[in-house]
Order: sequence, then structure tokens, then C-alpha cells
Amino acid sequence: MLPLIVENLRFTGQHGPIIKGVNFSLNDAGVTVVMGPNGAGKSVLLRLLHGLLKVNSGQILWNGTGLNEALRKRQSLLFQRPVLLRRSVLANLRFVLKQRHISADDETCLNLLSRVQLDHVAYRSARHLSGGEQQRLALARSLALKPEVLLMDEPAASLDPVSTKMIETIVRDQRANNTKVIFVTHDVSQAHRVADDVLFLHHGEVLEHTSASTFFEQPQSTQARQYLSGEIVV
Amino acid sequence: MQDFAESFSLAFSLVWSFDAHLMEIVWLSVRVSITAVIIALIIGFPLGAALGMTRFPGRQVIIVLVNALMGLPPVVVGLLVYIMLSNAGPFGWLRLLYSPTAMIIAQTVLITPIVTALTREIVEQLHQEYDEFFKSLCISPGQVLATLLWDARYNLITVALAGFGRAIAEVGAVIIVGGNINHLTRVMTTAIALETSKGDLALALALGIILMGLALAVNALVMGFRSTARSTAFG
Repeated sequence: MLPLIVENLRFTGQHGPIIKGVNFSLNDAGVTVVMGPNGAGKSVLLRLLHGLLKVNSGQILWNGTGLNEALRKRQSLLFQRPVLLRRSVLANLRFVLKQRHISADDETCLNLLSRVQLDHVAYRSARHLSGGEQQRLALARSLALKPEVLLMDEPAASLDPVSTKMIETIVRDQRANNTKVIFVTHDVSQAHRVADDVLFLHHGEVLEHTSASTFFEQPQSTQARQYLSGEIVV
Repeated sequence: MQDFAESFSLAFSLVWSFDAHLMEIVWLSVRVSITAVIIALIIGFPLGAALGMTRFPGRQVIIVLVNALMGLPPVVVGLLVYIMLSNAGPFGWLRLLYSPTAMIIAQTVLITPIVTALTREIVEQLHQEYDEFFKSLCISPGQVLATLLWDARYNLITVALAGFGRAIAEVGAVIIVGGNINHLTRVMTTAIALETSKGDLALALALGIILMGLALAVNALVMGFRSTARSTAFG
């Protein structure tokens, strides 16, 4: 699906402009981390890239093509707060597999669940899992779709260390499998661990888009320097 | 006081002995109410779900209207159905007045707004929760509807039971369109009203006991479903 080219992207929400003329391109597989202070527009950008929100102006081109249903089906979005059906863990997984006409037999499902260490709770209600387990189930569901692009919206926010580590390991595995991962986080140390390149957003504008090493060692913008040093950026 | 005691005693013996006349009335009541509930569910589930899932101009007006119809006075419904089915009415030619069918129609009119409004609320709440996930998966509206109805099944069963509770306890509409005709349209509530006015407290009490028992059973079922839904986190 790459390259992803975003040109002059604008989006206005109920309370005013959120994305203000963003331009960038992603050419390579790997992990792009989208960083920035609260209200920078990170989650909105991710939703625009996935087509959950409609752009006001500008364009998003995946390999030269505008978003359509076929392209969207090759992506998967992991929400910050996992949305789980009122069903068992196994049934949640089976649901997404059936939507894509992928074999949803018990063995396939249990294999996927074992990747996120949830096979032992396969028949429990998904809503009785802990926050970390729920997010791991949501991740298993995303992986089940074998996406070419995995969009992750602060997937490890306020999760336990075990779940966070597991999510980061899976992100690295996906990178190794040539899956493009676009990972939103405001956790600098996590970004350090997973990023290949960083897109730094501030007030709906891209202030920096560089390799992770350049961004963390020589940030160009004042806001990025303040952000990385732990200052409050408004 | 002795009369009351005697009436209670007679009432219990009628219930205990499954008195034929009593059972005929009970059976008709249950049959009419269950049929009305089934029809109301057939109309109300999809209508409520559609209202809960979709956005269109005038939707709020329809929701307000449906909610207002939940409080329809039964006698007014009875009167309207009576006018429609009477010889001078548009459906007089069907000759349905003073028949169980007329009672089913009246009860359906009463329950359908309840089923629709409650279904709309349940489905809307669930739809808001699932919406982005469904959009992300590019699921068709039909699949969305099926998933929502399945995941809300426990809540929707309580809606059906609430509808049945309302129908079985209703008296105003069915007495107008049914006429309380013995062996034909006499149901529990209309029989209680009649027998009380005649002073035959035993039969009225026996029917009251059964009606109370049914109401309790329905409430127990509702509680049971709610608790199952909570304990399994499906609710």
C-alpha cells in the first residue's frame, strides 16, 4: 500500500480546525511513531488515514490511490480503548475472521490467542478481562486480519508493563514481516523503543518528520525539544 | 370479613382445581397477549433498531412521537380501534369487532411504541459503542443490525417481557373492542372488573391471584435475564 502521500490535509472538528494543512509521505515499511502533546491531532490524523473521518480538503494517497473500501480492508486500526463485542474472547476473534471470510476454526483462533497469551481465557467473556488483556485481544483481532498497514492509537496507554511489553514485541514482529505500523503515542521512552521514524505534530501541523535517531538526538523545533525534555508544551 | 375469607378460600380452590371456566379465561388472556407481543416485536424490533442506527432529518421528531406513544391511554386506543373496526369505520367490512383479533390489534397498538422506544434506546447505545469498530471493519448495514440485535439479546428479551406485562394487565382497550363476551372475548382483566361489579369476588380473586402470579413471574424473568446479562458481561 506504500508509499503513503498526504498533501495539504485539513480537517475541522466541531470546535475548530484540528488538522491544518499537513504534508508528509511514508515510503518504507517499519514503524512510524506519531508524537505530540495532547490536542495535537494525532488520533484524528490516524482516523483520517484510515477513512473513519472525512477530510475537508487535501488528499491521502495510498500507493497513488485515494482511500476506498478495498484499501481500508487491507488496514487495521487498534483503538486506544478497545471495542469488544458482548461475547466470549474466542467469539470476538471469530467475528472479525468471519467478516473477512478467513477460516475461523478453533485451532486458528486459539493459535492467534496464544500469540497474545489469552488462549487460557478463550471461553471467558471478553468484558471480564483486565484492561491489558482487552487490549491484547483487540490486537489479536487486528493481527487476525493480516493487515498491510497497522494503525495503533496509543495502544499501551495506561496498560500494565506485561501487556505493554507484549504489544511492543508484536509491533517489532510486524515490522519484521514488512507490515507498515503507524503508532500514536505520547510516551517518549516507548517511542524510543519502537520508532523507525517520527512524525511530530503540534496544533494540527507537522513540525518534524525525521528518522527516530535524528528526532531524539537533534530535534529541530523548539516544541519538540521542550516535549522531549519533559516540559509542558501548550 | 367472613365473606372475604370465604371468597379467598373459594378463589384458591378454583385455582387449585384448574376450574374449566377460569382456565378458559386465563388461556384466552395469555393467547391474546402473546400474539400481540409477537406482532409488536416483529414491528418494533426492526423499527427501533433502524431508529437507533440511522440518522436522518426528522429522526428526533419520530423519537419524540414514539416516546409519547408509550404513554397512550388504553381507553383512547380502544376507542380508536373501535372506530376503525366498527361497521361505520374503514375496516368495518372485516367484521372483527368483539373478537379476540380486535383485542390483539388494540394490544399491539399499545405495545408497539413501547417495544420500538426501548429497542431504539438499547440499540442506539450499543451502536454508539461499536460504531467506529464496525466502520473500521467495513461491515454492511445488515451485518451491523444483526450483530447489534444479537449482542443486545438479553436486553431485548426484557423488552419483550415488559411488553407482555403491559399487555396481560391491560383492561381499558380490550373491554371496548372485545366487549367482554363470555366464552369469546372475556379475559382476566375484563372478567375481574365484571365479577367484582357483580359481587362474585371468588372468581375475581382467583383471576387476580393468577394475574399477580403472572406479573411476578414476568418480573422474576426480567430480573433473571438482567442478572445473567450482568454476570456474563453480555448486558
